[in-house]
Amino acid sequence: MDSLNSLMDGFGTALTPINLLWAALGVLLGTAIGVLPGIGPAMAVALLLPVTYGLEPTGAFIMFAGIYYGAMFGGSTTSILLNTPGESAAVVAAMEGHPMAKAGRGAQALAAAAIGHFAGGMIGTILLVALAPAVAALAVDIGAPDYFAIMVLAFIAVTSVLGSSRIRGLASLLIGLTIGLVGLDQMTGQSRLTFGSLELADGVDVVIVAVGLFAIGEALWVAAHLRRGGADAIPVGRPWLGKSDVKRTWKSWLRGPLIGFPFGAIPAGGAEIPTFLSYVTEKRLSKHKEEFGKGAIEGVAGPESAASASAAGTLVSMLTLGLPTTAVAAVMLAAFQQYGIQPGPLLFEREPELVWGLIASLFVGMVLLLALNLPLAPLWAKLLRIPRPYLYAGILFFASVGAYAVGGEALDLVVLLVIGLIGFGMRRYGLPVLPAVIGVILGPAAEQQLRRALQISDGSVVGLVNTPFSVTVYVIVLLLLTWPLLRRLPFLRRGTPS
Amino acid sequence: MMNSLEKSPSSAEESVAPGGRGAWLREHSELGVSVLLFVLGILVLTDALTMHVEIAQRGPVGPTTVPVVVGIALLLVSVLLAVDVLRGGRGEAEGGEDVDLSEPADWRTVVLLAGVFLANAVLIGPLGFPISGALLFWGSAYALGSRHFSRDPLIAAGLSLFTYFVFNNLLGVPLPGGPLMGVL
Repeated sequence: MDSLNSLMDGFGTALTPINLLWAALGVLLGTAIGVLPGIGPAMAVALLLPVTYGLEPTGAFIMFAGIYYGAMFGGSTTSILLNTPGESAAVVAAMEGHPMAKAGRGAQALAAAAIGHFAGGMIGTILLVALAPAVAALAVDIGAPDYFAIMVLAFIAVTSVLGSSRIRGLASLLIGLTIGLVGLDQMTGQSRLTFGSLELADGVDVVIVAVGLFAIGEALWVAAHLRRGGADAIPVGRPWLGKSDVKRTWKSWLRGPLIGFPFGAIPAGGAEIPTFLSYVTEKRLSKHKEEFGKGAIEGVAGPESAASASAAGTLVSMLTLGLPTTAVAAVMLAAFQQYGIQPGPLLFEREPELVWGLIASLFVGMVLLLALNLPLAPLWAKLLRIPRPYLYAGILFFASVGAYAVGGEALDLVVLLVIGLIGFGMRRYGLPVLPAVIGVILGPAAEQQLRRALQISDGSVVGLVNTPFSVTVYVIVLLLLTWPLLRRLPFLRRGTPS
Repeated sequence: MMNSLEKSPSSAEESVAPGGRGAWLREHSELGVSVLLFVLGILVLTDALTMHVEIAQRGPVGPTTVPVVVGIALLLVSVLLAVDVLRGGRGEAEGGEDVDLSEPADWRTVVLLAGVFLANAVLIGPLGFPISGALLFWGSAYALGSRHFSRDPLIAAGLSLFTYFVFNNLLGVPLPGGPLMGVL
């Protein structure tokens, strides 16, 4: 009941004209970004981080969340009409959606996807309302050792679960941690890796790192391999669904969130795994198995619903534990740091207006998105015609605005380019970008918590594992680390042991 | 999940294939990443070990502990990566909607873009953001292959002025106006 009351208060915050404006702006930008190739929600939020200098936190986070959800909606439009996902979460949508579009059922595919996102987002956000305060209450008296354990979990998960090569993930994480070390040590004021430069004493701003890796690195990488003469989008009418389609898809819409939400909450790569799992599930349960691969509508509805629900799950971990499980959450965490707000169990107590305003605005945003995407999908598809030089020149332009806004220093632009070139090299050699970003964002905080914990325990390592919470987290870390070995054990090979 | 580490069993044969050392190096250019990580590790370790830790240390873990751990880990990872590359492991280049990996990298565009970007860093002070930003957009679009000599500069100028106005006047994030804004 308590959270219902808080949610009502949240609607009071979310429905003020100014916050409605931010929500509308967020979902508009998000849909556009989702549709546009080359820009993902993480890059978009990174490019918008400078607004945190001028905007109050509630409005900023309402806009960021709108971008996150909106990108999910928009991404599937590109997938279905162009067969090239505008967003990694929308890869699966292309598998059934594009054949549908080619067969003249694009309108139905778009409708199944949009309603799927709406259903998934709604159910996911309701689960967020129900679960987040409980998780926060459970973890409310966590201290330094627990925070450190969570950050270790984030480091390990992001390097060993995501991506294809652990060693490359680890290399990326270490690059991020090294960048995070630059500057004055927070506890002693000792300068580290500054090489006597005063500008570096403040450290490298997280905004510059995020913009450099996500925006500059990506733009340069695409520029080096720009596809000449891309595919054309299949023209499509206004999305709608017939009765028989609804009959086939409503269960898929409801099943998707059950898979998507939990996967969003754990550090397992966001929406990619759950959308795929949902696809497999729908295929297994469908009465029209033979249609799969040729345009089965369930294969669009389920995964898209799972994708949006996973976004809600991501917010649970980020808001209650400060644990970023996706790139967008990582950049949002950076925004929290810009405001000097520590996401975690205490967030619900200290910033109720922010948290509940944000959650309520998710419901508002979802309704706006459905209204925007169902009738206007053909219009959004026109965005695909934007000339690529303008698109990537625009990314570079806004990246430089963002980096300059950090401190008004031209030197920051040079640092930005250097980090962008690092991002370019990482893409060339298959080093995932996310671990580096997590390393920069969480590295300094992790060091501080580690030192604080050891200070309390007077140097004894036991101080790191003296709470049930931290022990639980380390067990999970251990499981993640040994999983490739465990999987080879004979009794785990066949199915799951009960 | 895709296993993108393409293990090529034939890498041993390729290394003796015609082309000699140059071809081998190109094939194993990822070793450069390993070298960079190693250098970075040495850098971090040197910085940590030459630090003067005197008075200020509070608690058992000082300002050098974490850098030492990170430095050693960098050295370790660089060696492991080199081993992986020599055994035929390859990091998969990132794909994307507008990315065509079948063609060789277009270095000219990348260098041009980096140059335009640096020019912006130099010019933003003396010329102000509205002018340097417009040059950045136009230059980038040109580098990327756009050749509309009337449309491109107009879009660049419009975008730059609009952004200046939104950030400087609406969001309260100051950008340098330069001589142009002094005139207007």
